[in-house]
Amino acid sequence: MNILVCVKRVPATGGRIVLTADGMDIDVRYLGFTVSPHEECAVEEAVRIVEAQGGATAVLTLGPPAAEEQLRDAMAVGIDRAILLETDGRDWDPVATAGAIVESIRAQEAAGGPFDLILFGNESADSGGFQVGIRTAAALGRPCVTGVKALQPGDGAVLARREAPGGGWESFELPLPAVVTVKEGINLPRYPSVPGRLRARKKEIERSTPAWTAGGLEKIVLRLPKEETTAAQIIGRGPEAAAAVVDLLTKIGVVDG
Amino acid sequence: MSGSVLVVLTAPGGTIDRGSLEALTFAYALASSHGAALEALVVADPATARRVAAGLGPPFVATALIADHATLTVDHPDGWAAVIEQVIAAREPITVVGSGTERGNDLLARVGARTAMPLAANCVAVEPAGARYRVTRQRWAGSLLEDAWLDARVKLLTVAPNTVAPADPAALGTGASMETISPELSDADLAVHVTSREASQRGGISLADAKVVVGGGRGVGSGEGFGDLEELAGLLGGAVGGSRVVTSAGWRPHADQIGQTGLRIAPDIYIACGISGAIQHIVGCKAAKVILAINTDPDAPIMSVADYAVIGDLHAVVPAISAELRRRGVART
Repeated sequence: MNILVCVKRVPATGGRIVLTADGMDIDVRYLGFTVSPHEECAVEEAVRIVEAQGGATAVLTLGPPAAEEQLRDAMAVGIDRAILLETDGRDWDPVATAGAIVESIRAQEAAGGPFDLILFGNESADSGGFQVGIRTAAALGRPCVTGVKALQPGDGAVLARREAPGGGWESFELPLPAVVTVKEGINLPRYPSVPGRLRARKKEIERSTPAWTAGGLEKIVLRLPKEETTAAQIIGRGPEAAAAVVDLLTKIGVVDG
Repeated sequence: MSGSVLVVLTAPGGTIDRGSLEALTFAYALASSHGAALEALVVADPATARRVAAGLGPPFVATALIADHATLTVDHPDGWAAVIEQVIAAREPITVVGSGTERGNDLLARVGARTAMPLAANCVAVEPAGARYRVTRQRWAGSLLEDAWLDARVKLLTVAPNTVAPADPAALGTGASMETISPELSDADLAVHVTSREASQRGGISLADAKVVVGGGRGVGSGEGFGDLEELAGLLGGAVGGSRVVTSAGWRPHADQIGQTGLRIAPDIYIACGISGAIQHIVGCKAAKVILAINTDPDAPIMSVADYAVIGDLHAVVPAISAELRRRGVART
C-alpha cells in the first residue's frame, strides 16, 4: 500500500497564548513546534499499515522552510520520504491549502504511481478549518470519511470506523484510492528512536514553492477571547469540604435538596 | 428563495439536536440583520423531516425543505452535500449556516468542496459588510479568535458549539411552508455511506449528554484511581471523563477524553479532579455552567476557570462527597 500523510506545523502552545503586537500571529519566540495530535496518529497509522502489509509512505506539508522539522519528525518514526511545499510564512486558507496539496499529489502520482490512501488529521490544531482533507478528496474525485478512529485496510478497500454522534460506532467501506481524516485515539504513536532520528536527519526532502492564492477566507486579525476567569471560590479543604460540596450540588439543582 | 438564509438542521431520532438549535439562533439573527427569510433544510428521511418541519414556523422559519430521494438516507454525507449544492443552485441563498459539530463541519466542508466556495468553520459572530462578511471564528478550539473576511457568492459557515443559546425547540412555532425537493444524485454522490453500526458497549449516560461530569487528570494516578470518580458520577447520575494525559496513559479509553482533540462538553456541573488545566483541556470543559475543581494545588491553572474549588487530595475528597450524598439520602441511584 502506498500512503501519503499530510501534516501542518503548529506552535506547541501548552499554556497561555500570547499574540504578536500587530495581532496577526501567535508570538512564537518562546515556543516549540509540533503537529496536531490527530496528525501524529495519522503518521503512526501509515507506518503501522506499511509495516504490516508492505508498501511505501510519504509525508507532505505546506508551510515555511522550518516545517522541515515536522517532516523529519515523521521520518524519524518510520515515514519513508518527505515533500515540503514551501511558503513564505503567510497564512494559506483552506481552499488555497487544498489546492496546493492537490497539485502536488497529482505531480507525485504522475511520477511515482497513485497513493492508495491519503491520511489527514481531522482538523488542524491551529486554524481548525475541518475541511482540507475533504476538499483534497473532492478535487481528486476520491471518497472521504472524517473523524476515523479505526482503519482496516483490505483488498482494494479500507474499512473505516468512527464514533457515532449518539454513542456507539459507525463503519464505512471505502474503495481505494481513498482519503481518510483520523482522530487521536486511533492508535498510540510511538516515540522516535535515536537511529530513527539519525536516519531522518540525512534524508533528502523534496521541495517546491507553490504560488500563494486567495481562497476566499482572509485573516484580518487574531484576538484572545474575553477572559472568563473568576478566581475560584474555595469552599473547603480536604474531606471536610464534602458537606459544602453537597450543599453546592443541591443549590445548583443536580441533587434534590 | 433568492436572498434567503438557509440553515441546515439535523434531527437524529426526530429531535432537532443542540448544535442545530444553536445554528437556528445564529441563522435567524443573521437573516433578521439582512431582512431576509430563513429557510431550513431538514437532514432526515422525508417522514421524519415532515414531522420536524411541523414544529417550525414564523417568525423563525418561513420555509422548510424536505429532500425526497429513493436511496438517500442520513448516512450519505456526499448525498446531502449534493442536495445542498442543488438547493443553492435553485434558490440562491445569501448564506448557508450549519452546526459546528463534527458532522456539521463535515457536511458544510463537502458543500464547499463541491461548489469551490470557502467555508468559515466554527463562527461565533458574523457581520455583513457589503458583499463580504466579517466573521469571528474559533481557532485552537476557541482559545483564540480570528476575525476574517469571508468573500464568496454564497457564504458557507458553521456555528461554534456552545457559543450561542440554542433556540427553544418548543417555541419554534408551526406553519412553515413545506417544500419537497427531488434531488438528482449520482452513484458517486451515494458511494460514501455508513455500511454498519455498533451500539455502544457501555451502559449509562453518554459523556456528551451528561448533566454532571466528573473529570480526572494526572492527579488520579492510575486507571484504578478512577473508581472513586466512577462512584461519585454514579451517585449523581453523571458520566466520567478525563484529560488527554489520562487517555494517552491508557487509564481511560480515548472516547472519554475531554478537550481540543476529544469531546467538548456543556454539563450543568463539571467536577475536575486532579486536573491542572492545560488549554487543550479547558476548551473542552469551559462551556460547563459550573466548574468545581478538586486539586491539591491552589495555584493550578484550572483555578482561573473554576467557579468553586476544594483544596485537597481527590482520593480523600471524592469518597467523602460520595459518603455525604449517601448520608443525606440524595444520591440519584
